[in-house]
Amino acid sequence: MTGTSSDLTRADVAELSRLLGSGEVSAVEVTRAHLDRIAADDGRLGAYLHVEDDAALAAAAAVDQARATGAELGPLAGVPLALKDLVVTEGVPTTSGSKILEGWRPPYSATVATRLAEAGTVLLGKTNMDEFAMGSSTENSAYQVTRNPWDADRIPGGSSGGSSAAVAGHLAPWSIGTDTGGSIRQPAALTGLVGHKPTYGSVSRYGLIAFSSSLDQAGPMARTVLDAAVMHEVIGGHDPRDSTSIDTPLARLADAAREGAAGDLRGVRVGVVRELGGDGHAEGYEPGVLARTREAIEVLAGLGAEVTEVSCPSFDLALPAYYLIAPSEASSNLARYEGVRFGLRAGDDGSRDLDEVMAITREQGFGPEVKRRIILGTYALSSGYYEAYYGQAQKVRTLITRDFSAAFADVDVLVSPTTPTVAFPIGTRVDDPISMYAADLCTLPASLAGLPAISVPSGLSEGLPVGLQVMAPALADDRCYRVAAALEAAQDAARGHRLLDELGATAGAA
Amino acid sequence: MSSISRSDVAHLARLSRLAVTDEELDRFAGQLDQVLAAVARVGEAAVADVPPMTHAVPLTNVLRPDEVTPSLSRDVVLAGAPAAEDGRIRVPRILGDAE
Repeated sequence: MTGTSSDLTRADVAELSRLLGSGEVSAVEVTRAHLDRIAADDGRLGAYLHVEDDAALAAAAAVDQARATGAELGPLAGVPLALKDLVVTEGVPTTSGSKILEGWRPPYSATVATRLAEAGTVLLGKTNMDEFAMGSSTENSAYQVTRNPWDADRIPGGSSGGSSAAVAGHLAPWSIGTDTGGSIRQPAALTGLVGHKPTYGSVSRYGLIAFSSSLDQAGPMARTVLDAAVMHEVIGGHDPRDSTSIDTPLARLADAAREGAAGDLRGVRVGVVRELGGDGHAEGYEPGVLARTREAIEVLAGLGAEVTEVSCPSFDLALPAYYLIAPSEASSNLARYEGVRFGLRAGDDGSRDLDEVMAITREQGFGPEVKRRIILGTYALSSGYYEAYYGQAQKVRTLITRDFSAAFADVDVLVSPTTPTVAFPIGTRVDDPISMYAADLCTLPASLAGLPAISVPSGLSEGLPVGLQVMAPALADDRCYRVAAALEAAQDAARGHRLLDELGATAGAA
Repeated sequence: MSSISRSDVAHLARLSRLAVTDEELDRFAGQLDQVLAAVARVGEAAVADVPPMTHAVPLTNVLRPDEVTPSLSRDVVLAGAPAAEDGRIRVPRILGDAE
């Protein structure tokens, strides 16, 4: 190892794994490099809500000690990691970005956290997020604003914006995000990362603080497609503790990424979704985003992919259907914050009854977006409105799923921009729910249909990252990784470095 | 689809156990009205004969054996509770004086 601690925080996980496995660096060195970087830079970025510090160093030291005694360790032993703050972690503060859970230390760990810990990874800390994952900018966090490492005046995306800022800002080599309507893919796109939302049911939801249970999925956010695939293989697969978990082995994801990086896409049929930025559907999309998307599709064609345009007319209904389904399920899920069993209790002065204490607790503990969605969801689920709103929206989901099925009869993957615009300035949409919700326009169809979708960098527009989304049929997550890795490898080779390496050259970076 | 008034929001907030302020009632009523207008197209979709969708990969009746498995100890649960007394979670009164 000739490098400095700065090199360790810029390395991808494949490189860290190699350095650790060969003994060129110790787990303590890798962890300390990241903790130092967090101490130096997170005051500016605001990516973390909690940093493990001594506990992380102790975990790293245990890995080094095990390695010294000759123990057989997995390839990820000693690799640091950040978790979005809705992944519950035993004894480690977990807030879901909400004041109602301030100071809560969960009595158990999520399956994804347990599997990553069993792989030997070292938890650096918990990342900021929109409260209960409701948002697209991380501005709805009850605690702090998180800044985009590419431009500190802009949002890092959301709701997994602490995770995106941490990985892009070199405060963690990779992170777990969660995606309900786009909360992995959109922040990954806006910060130059790879982010994958797995097939619904293929990663356990046990121990993920619930937002909208029929949509929520955890997945990887990483600097490379291969790293994302490796993390997905660690966290994925059946879990009897989640009744929606699919009892089918995962596809071979890391192999798919390696195959894609070899650059041969002959025989792969790519469909470009007209309703997501195509002719007649480009309103609200920035020209730079559409240009990077066209170029990325040309790269795929140049690698041998057969590209056609496909139409999915029901996708136009995805945004309105989502904003009925997600608030409805949230209003039910968030009923558990009643100020009795755990979390905040406010106004319990001995004179007020349970109902009053509950209402005061929830009023104080929840922020405005959460309250808006609870009220909207309560409305959509009320007697007399249920069929017209939630019921109707669930039927629209079937229409969207049928559009996907029809498209996948002719193509292997579908592509679109991940987001209509690059990262927007902090403060510009936070009081305008409709314009904030539009940030998820392209990611919602795959969410509603439960399908896998990845965002991979496609270049810069106005100096800010743009992502290409690749969607695939249920359980065919490997296709997302293959096509994304092909684009990544071709573009990295053409420019001579990763897109993320250009961040180091910008004025905002340390 | 219908619009949502300030008094509707107040009623829904009561159902949701949210002690919202007057200022919030004003703000939310306007914003929720906008959101409802934006989602109105869902109500116009031709889905009369379309079944609702819930999961991409159909699953039926996921059950586990009816066996006792380890659960959290009382001390661990009480440590996370906002108020505990005599080995139990302490709760505000649930009955009014008149009852």
